[in-house]
Amino acid sequence: MEITLNDYLAVAAVLFVIGLMGVLTRRNLIIIYMSLEMMLQAANLTFVAFSRFNDHLDGQVFVFFVITVAAAEVAVGLALIVALYRLKRTTQVQDLTTLKF
Amino acid sequence: MNALFFWFFSAGMIVCALAVILNRNAVASALCFTFTIIFMAGLFVMLNAFFLAAVQILVTAGAVMVLFLFIIMLLDVTAMEHVPRQKIWMGCSLVLALAFLVIVAKTLQGTPEGSVTLDSLKTPGSTLTLKPDVTADGQTVPHVLSSTDWDKQDDTHRIGRLLFRTNVKADEPSYVAPFEITSLLILVATIGVIVLCKKDDPTQPRRREVITREAPPVEDPVLKN
Repeated sequence: MEITLNDYLAVAAVLFVIGLMGVLTRRNLIIIYMSLEMMLQAANLTFVAFSRFNDHLDGQVFVFFVITVAAAEVAVGLALIVALYRLKRTTQVQDLTTLKF
Repeated sequence: MNALFFWFFSAGMIVCALAVILNRNAVASALCFTFTIIFMAGLFVMLNAFFLAAVQILVTAGAVMVLFLFIIMLLDVTAMEHVPRQKIWMGCSLVLALAFLVIVAKTLQGTPEGSVTLDSLKTPGSTLTLKPDVTADGQTVPHVLSSTDWDKQDDTHRIGRLLFRTNVKADEPSYVAPFEITSLLILVATIGVIVLCKKDDPTQPRRREVITREAPPVEDPVLKN
């Protein structure tokens, strides 16, 4: 059986959905952040798959940028989590109710 | 053989991804995420993206996950999620996720362009063509792609040339300016992290006390004497 573009896209979609489930159902901020990263990586996989099957390297350059931005974003996000932990002594989202209406 | 590797990497990636969100221990989740990234790097290698596979392992599995693990250890998040999960909320998100998957599956079924295999792409040295497309009235139209030399140079060279080329034609994108702006973004992120994480000035009242305490204790000079 030959591997088609659709197979790669389907795998990426499944990975994205797993990340989405993690963001929606988990309570730990760090795990939520990891799931967000996973969704970004799923998008990366579609980029690379399209880049290969369309014979354009621009998709891979895009993934290069996405990885860079994701690394910077992780640094800032984890710093925010540390600042939040200093303030509230918790990383569970149900304890962060300052903005609750 | 390729199909075997593809299904091995994909299955490993999805199983590890599921383990990330199902594990109740944060450190185990981080470890599973690292394995997800490594399996994905395998998929990148299968897609001839060798440079990105290396970058993925170095940056994401190496630097980012070390950062995650470091924060997990620093904050000592060994406490499990103590509140029982809400069943209704879980069900809603599951329905949402399945709906998304169904939409994606329908879309993929409806696009015949997606059933391209790698064998139909050109072999090294020849001009790159796909299988001829069949139009609605039964005629076959050759599906010609841009005749770039995909395998003449390795992909690291080609990404570098694409990234730093300056003499571009009008319809081609140039990535030099985005690359420079990315450096600015990293600088901003670095300064932001330092500002967010630096220790409070000891001469100033600490922010947490300002928020949580009702009123500062009043020192009465009369009582003191």
